[in-house]
Amino acid sequence: MIKSIQNLGRRGIESIWRIGAMARFFWMILSASGISFRRFSLTIREIYFAGVMSLVIIMVSGLFVGMVLGLQGFETLQKYGAEETMGVLVALSLVRELGPVVAALLFASRAGSAITAEIGLMKATEQLKAMDMMAIDPIARVVAPRFWAGVISMPLLAALFSAMGVFGGYVVGVALIDIDPGVFWSNMQSAVDFRYDVLNGFVKSFVFGIAVSIIATFEGFDAEPTAEGVSRATTRTVVTAALTVLLLDLILTAFMLRGVH
Amino acid sequence: MVEIDAVDFAYGKRAILKGISLSVPRGKVVAIMGGSGCGKTTLLRLIGGQLKASRGRVMVNGEDVGTLDAEAMYAMRRKMGMLFQFGALFTDMSVFDNIAFQLREHTDLPEEMIRDLVLMKLDAVGLRGTAKLFPSELSGGMARRVALARAVAIDPMLIMYDEPFAGLDPISLAVVGQTIRRLNDALGATSILVTHDVVESLQIVDYLYFISDGRIVGSGTPDEIRGSTEPFIKQFVHAELDGPTPFHYPAASYADELGLAKRVRPQ
Repeated sequence: MIKSIQNLGRRGIESIWRIGAMARFFWMILSASGISFRRFSLTIREIYFAGVMSLVIIMVSGLFVGMVLGLQGFETLQKYGAEETMGVLVALSLVRELGPVVAALLFASRAGSAITAEIGLMKATEQLKAMDMMAIDPIARVVAPRFWAGVISMPLLAALFSAMGVFGGYVVGVALIDIDPGVFWSNMQSAVDFRYDVLNGFVKSFVFGIAVSIIATFEGFDAEPTAEGVSRATTRTVVTAALTVLLLDLILTAFMLRGVH
Repeated sequence: MVEIDAVDFAYGKRAILKGISLSVPRGKVVAIMGGSGCGKTTLLRLIGGQLKASRGRVMVNGEDVGTLDAEAMYAMRRKMGMLFQFGALFTDMSVFDNIAFQLREHTDLPEEMIRDLVLMKLDAVGLRGTAKLFPSELSGGMARRVALARAVAIDPMLIMYDEPFAGLDPISLAVVGQTIRRLNDALGATSILVTHDVVESLQIVDYLYFISDGRIVGSGTPDEIRGSTEPFIKQFVHAELDGPTPFHYPAASYADELGLAKRVRPQ
């Protein structure tokens, strides 16, 4: 009994220690970020690997999520004779919630895990130590460009996810269910507010981008330099990033909805 | 060039180095030898400032490495080159880019000059033809030679080699050995080799230190080492089975582990 309480305490202390270490790591990245913007080609290269390479999964998922939303929405809305507002339902669900959240979860699984594995393997094969011995700061040269690439890519990917979702909803609503396209678009246009919906969705995806990128780079940099260590770090990235995104979504949504009233 | 004065170092409670003192004069090639896990690589890391001694001083070119701040440390490392035990080549870059990496990061040299310098370094290790290959396309020995070319890319004043001969075929081994000596003399540099390879080291170095159990147990010029009667050096140099260094890691009795002792006891 005492042992299990001790273990619980130890785990709690470890978790708090890791949050502290991550905050310190975040500060180190910000201090070493100059090179990521002065030599923007370094960040562009990482945007290609983190962002462009995630396009397929983001766009295809967005399309399917939008189509499913359309079908489910129609099923419920037609009971109240409001099927013409299907476009509004699809657009608001995507722009406010599903776009930023699902895109962040997919980004954490696709790009976040890849960033952790790459940095972790560089650590395991002493590439980071070699760089440090060459008087080149690995945080500035390796970590910061990957971090900023994630931060820049995330809102763009979320926007693409939402756009593809709206298109999916349009395909279901207009092409399959035969809702009038003019009604579909005009209802959507009048109901979606740029500031409260689109901008808030952008703010969410920006915050998620920071969270996922910091978790992915930290886990890679902190990974035990063995095959098992890198594997554990990659898993931790996906789990921690997913839970963090969902928690942050709750907090941000609470603040944003409060702002409306 | 390098002065190590009564240095202690421990990983947690496990003491690795115990009061080590040695000196590496400017322009010389010095080998540090000893069995696996005796603290040789740790010593290189202390010289490079990647680890801090728990006691004692590590002086490089007149500067106390333990007291340098990050900026001063990087300024010192710009004059150092290091060959890592497993090469540590950057796997996302070609051989050419690996060697050009430091030149591009630390200098404003035009790309044509960088190209010439990289090809010269690669030619010195006999691998000019691999410039466009990636590290994953090289054999272990070739990767080590590329790492050697990278270690001397910026013509450092101090070059540290961690096991430069491990995993090399006899021809590559002789080439690398001669290259280390030639580069040191041509650049007017100072070299420290951490190695197990007695035969090759005795041919190219000016001085050798032997470490055992975290302490210096012997030192001398190659001729002095060949004629040494000190038990550890004799065992190490002549690869003798009997001597102060046991082959087995400390363990319980073999008979006990196999359960043979119990079966024998009744008689």
